[in-house]
Amino acid sequence: MPKQPTAVDSFPQQFAEVKFDLPGSGLAWLDDRREAGIETFNALGLPTPRLEAWKYTRLQSLEDTQFRSARADDANAVVDLIPAVLPADPERPRLVFVNGFLRRDLSMTGGLPDGATVECLTETLERDTGWVETHMGGAIENDEHALLALNTAMMSSGVVIHIRPDVIVSKPIEILFMTGLTDVPVAYHPRNLIVMDEGSQATLVKHYVGAGVGAYLTNTVTEISVGPGAVLHHYRVQEEDLGATHLKSEHVRIGRDGTYDSFALAIGGRLSRTETFARLEGEGSHCQLNGAYMMRGREHCDNTTVIEHMVPNTTCREVFKGVLNDEARAVFQGRIVVHKDAQHTDGYQLSKALLLSDRAEMDAKPELEIYADDVKCSHGATTGQIDEASLFYLRSRGIPQALARNLLIQSFLGEALDEISSTEVRKAMMDKIVHWLPAHCFLADEWRDG
Amino acid sequence: MLEIKNLHASVAGVEILRGVDLVVNAGEIHAIMGPNGSGKSTLCYVIAGRDGYEVTSGEILYKGQDLTELEPEERAAEGVFLAFQYPVEIPGVPNTTFLKEALNAIRRHRGESELDAMECVKLVREKTKEFGIPDDMLKRPVNVGFSGGEKKRNEILQMAVLNPALAVLDETDSGLDIDALKIVADGVNALQSPECATLVITHYQRLLDHIVPDFVHVLANGRIRRSGGKELALELEENGYADFGEAAE
Repeated sequence: MPKQPTAVDSFPQQFAEVKFDLPGSGLAWLDDRREAGIETFNALGLPTPRLEAWKYTRLQSLEDTQFRSARADDANAVVDLIPAVLPADPERPRLVFVNGFLRRDLSMTGGLPDGATVECLTETLERDTGWVETHMGGAIENDEHALLALNTAMMSSGVVIHIRPDVIVSKPIEILFMTGLTDVPVAYHPRNLIVMDEGSQATLVKHYVGAGVGAYLTNTVTEISVGPGAVLHHYRVQEEDLGATHLKSEHVRIGRDGTYDSFALAIGGRLSRTETFARLEGEGSHCQLNGAYMMRGREHCDNTTVIEHMVPNTTCREVFKGVLNDEARAVFQGRIVVHKDAQHTDGYQLSKALLLSDRAEMDAKPELEIYADDVKCSHGATTGQIDEASLFYLRSRGIPQALARNLLIQSFLGEALDEISSTEVRKAMMDKIVHWLPAHCFLADEWRDG
Repeated sequence: MLEIKNLHASVAGVEILRGVDLVVNAGEIHAIMGPNGSGKSTLCYVIAGRDGYEVTSGEILYKGQDLTELEPEERAAEGVFLAFQYPVEIPGVPNTTFLKEALNAIRRHRGESELDAMECVKLVREKTKEFGIPDDMLKRPVNVGFSGGEKKRNEILQMAVLNPALAVLDETDSGLDIDALKIVADGVNALQSPECATLVITHYQRLLDHIVPDFVHVLANGRIRRSGGKELALELEENGYADFGEAAE
């Protein structure tokens, strides 16, 4: 019997078919990078559990599903309602991508100050190829990474954000990636470039959302460069469909006195993995990687982070909290590396999971690698169930069991949400959590608004 | 109001209550005293309906109905309130939100209309004023970072807002200094009325200087060994629980 082609075989084949239609085709530097990318992918293959970093997450579903590369006409799906995280505001830029392509009719670009660019990667490639050539790959330390290499070969769009020196963008920039409503499972590979020049500030909200039912694959790479004294608040909501495979890696470098502050809420997706590689490269820099996840059914959510302290006097803070129901599974792998010169590093890491079912599973792997001798680093990881004493306390006050459980789940996640500095975003995230909760939702307005 | 007949109860298969009989009428304050391990807290949890506290035989009748058939929240809605020895901390949930949810859950159960946030705050503010509870305790998450005294005062505030018919106080005096004790006792006394009954569980007599019981019972080895008037508490203070030693059975 002939062997069925698998995803590993089909991606190089797809690349051969579409490479002349990909944006920037004909630019020698980009063609070279794409070819090198597909070669690396071919050489490495999809990651398997034999790799230590992939011990808990299997990409079997990719082997079993035939994906077609998303085409421009997949972007024409009828979108009745834009599932934005924040309310529409003409003063706030919002880009909407559908199946990987920018939908200008659904996007708004108003409200940006001079010196701030928010556009589609394809536009930047046409406008200023040199800039893309300079910055693309700049935040990536290690490109021996199969999914990253695949993204480099196949990237078709993505968002480019460039905030020039000392420019402050006060309103959050929102980027939506909607996927679904296609005839067969599609795959696409967005490449986002975010460059914060010295002294600039911005808040970015990214929303990955499923538009219907069915399988699809998003393989995103985001490169972020936070310049000296710059501040980026980076919020993400992953609300993918039950059949979705959501893979992404974020590569962050932070310069002197710069701050990278991220919060990721994951509330849906059959298989999701977010890898964050953050490097604190300038003294006085600060990195926050926080998140919350809520998984049900047979969903699988993996948060893998590597924070590297390269120089003295840098700080990091990492708080991940999650709730797992049914047979859901979550993985937290958090590595903090303090290099030899990175004296006076202050690092904090916490992973907490709440299991609502006996069949749910949590795998937590905190790792501290410390090569400097004068540092402060702590970590903790706990997995538990709803506290019986707390539940009884609430019920003894008349609060029915279902409501009491919801209240305790909200209480548990609320602690993680406290890490979000933007009130507007925090409220929006709390709304998402409330809507995820099991039936008989507890909805206390004054709490969410508080 | 409350009628307990030959109550036997076990925790994790170990029999703790071994035939408790007790009758509490409306308008009465009863104190249950006893040595450590006599089953005092178990009796409280059995009345409130905590999981894992299993009634193996006997009855608990409350207003004539079998209490053991009801879920803890249903008991609360019917007017049973337990003030905890160790109130639980609930991070992230403001006290006001908690009180509003509890109050409205009980009102829904009784077929009464829910109170909106404003009405609820008004009611709670009245009670905080009445019992000298600082307003900032309302904004803070339930019991988080509260001192021992604040936690017990918070129990009394909840009791005042929920207005139960039967209040059970489990070692409410433990960990309190004399000023806090007095505030708590004043609260309990203010809430006592001819329509409601109070069951005070305590190890020491000193709480009963402030909450004066109509009846005192000695619980030892899982049974009521002796009952009497308030003078019984003084006698126990004098002689200790030696007469009711655990070996007595």
